[in-house]
Amino acid sequence: MRRFLARIAPQLVTLAAIVVLVTLFFPDFVQIGFERGRLVGPIIDVLKRGAPVALLAIGMTLVIATRGIDLSVGTVMAITGAVGAWAIASGYGVVPALALAMVAGLACGLWNGILVAIIGIQPIVATLILMTSGRGVAQLITEGRILTFNDPAFAFFGSGTLLGIPFPAVLWLLLAIAVTLLMRRTALGMLVEAIGINRAASALAGVNARVLLIAVYMASGLCAAFAGIVATADIRGADANNAGLWLELDAILAVVIGGNSLLGGRFSIAASVLGALIIQTIDTGILLAGFPSEYNLVIKAGLVLLILLLQSPNLAHTWRFLRDEAMRRREPEPKLHTRKEIEP
Amino acid sequence: MPMLLTIRSLSKSFPGARALDQVDLDLRAGEVHALLGENGAGKSTLIKCLTGAYRRDSGEIRLDGEPISPGSTSEAQELGIGTVYQEVNLLPNLTVAQNLTFGREPRRFGLVNGRAQREEARRMLAGYGLDIDVGRDLGTYSVAIQQIVAIARAVELSGKVLILDEPTASLDAEETRMLFGVVRSLRDKGLGIIFVSHFLDQVFELTDRLTVLRNGQKIVTEETARLDRVKLIEHMLGRELAEVEDAERRRTDPDAKNRSELIRFENLGRSGLVQPFDLSVHRGEVIGLAGLLGSGRTETAELMFGVRTADSGKARDEDGDVACGNPREAIASGFGFAPEDRKTDGIVADLSVRENIILALQARRGWASPIPRAEQDRLADAYIEKLDIRTSGREKAVGDLSGGNQQKVVLARWLAMNPRFLILDEPTRGIDVGAHAEILRLIHQITGEGMSILVISSELDELIAVSDRIIVVRDRKHVAELTGDDVTTGSIVRAIAADDGAKSGKAA
Repeated sequence: MRRFLARIAPQLVTLAAIVVLVTLFFPDFVQIGFERGRLVGPIIDVLKRGAPVALLAIGMTLVIATRGIDLSVGTVMAITGAVGAWAIASGYGVVPALALAMVAGLACGLWNGILVAIIGIQPIVATLILMTSGRGVAQLITEGRILTFNDPAFAFFGSGTLLGIPFPAVLWLLLAIAVTLLMRRTALGMLVEAIGINRAASALAGVNARVLLIAVYMASGLCAAFAGIVATADIRGADANNAGLWLELDAILAVVIGGNSLLGGRFSIAASVLGALIIQTIDTGILLAGFPSEYNLVIKAGLVLLILLLQSPNLAHTWRFLRDEAMRRREPEPKLHTRKEIEP
Repeated sequence: MPMLLTIRSLSKSFPGARALDQVDLDLRAGEVHALLGENGAGKSTLIKCLTGAYRRDSGEIRLDGEPISPGSTSEAQELGIGTVYQEVNLLPNLTVAQNLTFGREPRRFGLVNGRAQREEARRMLAGYGLDIDVGRDLGTYSVAIQQIVAIARAVELSGKVLILDEPTASLDAEETRMLFGVVRSLRDKGLGIIFVSHFLDQVFELTDRLTVLRNGQKIVTEETARLDRVKLIEHMLGRELAEVEDAERRRTDPDAKNRSELIRFENLGRSGLVQPFDLSVHRGEVIGLAGLLGSGRTETAELMFGVRTADSGKARDEDGDVACGNPREAIASGFGFAPEDRKTDGIVADLSVRENIILALQARRGWASPIPRAEQDRLADAYIEKLDIRTSGREKAVGDLSGGNQQKVVLARWLAMNPRFLILDEPTRGIDVGAHAEILRLIHQITGEGMSILVISSELDELIAVSDRIIVVRDRKHVAELTGDDVTTGSIVRAIAADDGAKSGKAA
């Protein structure tokens, strides 16, 4: 537990600092109210709006841990959202619609996984194929228009609440916990890290790298399906052109802010999800703080750069060195003392 | 004689380990000074402190009497300390001239002056006895020539102290002689040269003085001529040589022939890789595989373990066919394989010692039934103790251990599987004498427990010391099998060299 806290401490501190910063500009940021059976307030809003990126970041963390990357998740959101909306609009009911969307996500992941693990295409290229072509698939499903529906049960996944908490927030929290437990209570986590660090050595040790790689891309597809369902249910319509647009980049950013190396290996899902919250807090905060909207992206970029610089291992090294130097400068006096005592 | 470089009380610690403890070293101008020690003794750390790659914790370094504190490799170079590593750190896709003048190209009208650049390069190489076209890509030349180009560059840039870190590791005998000629002429010009090598013969041949490090401490500095081999190894190991010699004194077991057969490989082969061969492995026996580099030694192992797919033949034991078409099948059949290049194929560097040891075991059990943490800890601790793996704890990343200890972790991974047939490809490469002897001793110990082992090694002495039987591979073909009293260096070399005498010399 202590190791877990030590691992996510930088992300927790960053998140707290961003919250404080936003509160300075917008004092009401931390206020949480209770209206008509649901919690309301900017922070609750962050938890809800951050859901798609947080969901994507869970799968992305696993893919990146294997030294891969999944650029297709934003597109997979559009595909799965379109599939779900189409199923609902065609009168299939909620459960089949959800199931179909999830199967579509898994199928997308399987495609990526086969390209990477069996055909051996570099992950960035392999997933780029689906990233660009997938929107066309989504458009075919929606027949080129925004496919709307009016099913309260399906809409619940986007705008409903559970115990007063927005359902999307509950969903990413539960999924993050479930995936973390799956990874750490079984040997999956270690095996995924092993193939990310050294696939050749892992394969020689008998690790089934191919199957694991495919599974990881399928997990990413499934997470994208959840994100697609949330996004579609939220607006009660599937927009093949804009659903999940550029969110793959936010998801990658969340994983990186979470301190996970793009070179694969050790990973922390909790830290990635915190990274997603940090991004959403910045987004929401900039809006609430009242900056002209044209500054938003620049301010966000500046903050992200600052966060990454502060978290970089090189800087940690330098800090440790400066601290040791400072300690040493304080030390000499007693040292000289003892030496005098020893010498006759 | 005034000292060129003096190091006093140099200390450097890493989290959980004291790599250097109050080390002193003196380097004269015009001497070749060997730096020796087992893996993990602190040689690399000392060199990295000198070249500015690490910051020292305490102590003093003086160059020509002036205290220095290089903060980067380029700063060390400007001060006069140049380094040449085993893996040449130049750019193979640039020409020799571009490499030699990199970062300070002669210019004309703001553009690189190619002719002046080549002139400059030829001037720099003059005196090294190299007659090469400096306009050709560096990568097209042999490692030895690249090595000398690297030295020429380091001498030009630095010119006082030259550090050679394992420069001969990938050179053959002739190339090594050429390199030594260069080193001697630089010594005569007054450079101070620090020479790091595992080859003790080369140390005696080339160096004037030597310093031995052990466990981060300086053990001795002595004139090379006043030490003999045994004394030197004693300094390096810090214990009686008897132990080492015990391990080396293995002779063929008289009842080897009576051992029952464990596995037989029949007609196993793959065209273009290894010609089909038969090999029968007996219980508790060590088979040595000798041959030149590229002769099909490693490929033989890879076919047996299914790393490469055989296009003919099969393996069988007393119960019938044994599946070994890919590593997972081979492991399921009770095989293990510690590959030649432990960094790229053996260890998983960022994982801990514990995770590396249990990796194969866990892979066999499947992801859904994790080995309980207490059991993992017990296994890791048991092997750390049994194989004397030097680590500050089982949670340390394997990448932070020294080469010999990494090799032991890979061994531990397979021993934990309790395989019946273990293949060790170059188990002692790049490992110092101490770990060397320990690994040979381990091989004895495990075969004593009934495991069968196939050892591939370039060092004939080592093969002879451990093997009951030796298979000689030449030109992708198994050409000879030596047993009993035939297991001698001479007979192996003859078998390797048969037909084409030109190829004898060095078993690489």
